[in-house]
Amino acid sequence: MVRQNDVSITAADDLGALVVCPSCDALYRMPKVAPGEDAICHRCHRVLAAPRRRAGMQIISLAAASLVFLVATLFFPFLKISAAGLHNATSVLDVVLAFTNRELALLVLFTAGCILAIPALRMGLLLYVLVPLVFDHPPRPGARAAFRLSERLKPWSMAEIFALGCAVALIKVKDLAQVEFGPAFWMFAGLVFLVLQVQRNLCSRSVWDALEQVPDRDIPAPLREHRT
Amino acid sequence: MSDRADVLTARDAGLVGCRDCTRAWPVTTEICPCCGSALVSRDSGSLQRVWAWWLVALICYVPANIYPMLRTSTLGSVSQDTIVGGAITLAEHGSYSVAAIILLASVVIPTLKFLAIAYLAISVARPASTRPRTQHLLYEMVEYIGRWSMIDVFVVAILSALVHLGSIASVEPGPASLTFALTVVFTMISAQSFDSRLIWDQLEDEKDDTLAP
Repeated sequence: MVRQNDVSITAADDLGALVVCPSCDALYRMPKVAPGEDAICHRCHRVLAAPRRRAGMQIISLAAASLVFLVATLFFPFLKISAAGLHNATSVLDVVLAFTNRELALLVLFTAGCILAIPALRMGLLLYVLVPLVFDHPPRPGARAAFRLSERLKPWSMAEIFALGCAVALIKVKDLAQVEFGPAFWMFAGLVFLVLQVQRNLCSRSVWDALEQVPDRDIPAPLREHRT
Repeated sequence: MSDRADVLTARDAGLVGCRDCTRAWPVTTEICPCCGSALVSRDSGSLQRVWAWWLVALICYVPANIYPMLRTSTLGSVSQDTIVGGAITLAEHGSYSVAAIILLASVVIPTLKFLAIAYLAISVARPASTRPRTQHLLYEMVEYIGRWSMIDVFVVAILSALVHLGSIASVEPGPASLTFALTVVFTMISAQSFDSRLIWDQLEDEKDDTLAP
């Protein structure tokens, strides 16, 4: 825990040892945070750093597994419906394509983006950034931009909201027909769980610290001199 | 809360904080040398963007409530449900908890979100009462809960893909599904445009006032 911030911080301080709360601009000297502990902003309670033991390896495995689930979810039936002898099985791909036959194409893109493309992109970006770091290789070109994009996409990844939407949809049609879960539903539930686990293990300050150890070609040379 | 008034901010220290990687740099730095994102000590255009997106979202919210969200045809009869109408139908069928979820996600949360963003933007521009703790909590709730409003759009997507049983039953999305999705997106962007550091600046302005002779 960051208890009190040190008011004696001067410009001569090593800038790399400081941390600024992105929510309220409070300035702190970065404390030693042991794995499993959280550094929390004293006044707005935002988590500033939350390193976890062996987080890199765990995130890589979780992200890779979630990509496998995601691809499987696409093709297997998600929900099955039957009424009066008629059956229909729906895969996630069908849900996305449901809007194509009208002017609501924008909604298709949006739904597909939030439940499939953005979660997939985020997991892919995390793998791209973290695999070289965990295996002690230099970061890939554009790793910093990739990680920044991944962090900014976080609120737009809506797989867990879609999962709750499934439950509501089931109840809405239960008078109309019998509905049962297909195999893809359970894979999707697994995907939601894995994505949440990735989130729990990911400490962005730790990733930035690791990325900063190595010079990056993305950053113009004159700016590098600020680095201490 | 005297303990919070003496918190040193990056701006006070002549530094600028990066909102992506939480690093501190001299205040003249324009691009974060660590992560490459643009640095601003306070986002002066923040409130303008908040209001612009807020207004667009409000404009989209009107047709989202007037036009039907779902068009259900069962055995020859076609029924069209708006957001509120759909929740009422659910309640009539006895699914009170689901009706409550839909009402909460599609009516209560968006309405409160509009009010909350407006309150934050107004109170930051005219710091009269300074309650940054409450305001920050409100802001975090808006950011966290706002995206859950998408649930109704996803329900429409699932139903229209699933319920294709020929003449027995079929469901099609209505025009409100698009405008409601846009409402949620625009309020999310509006909330993200808000620079929450402005909330805490009120404390320092107050501190400066009391210190002034």
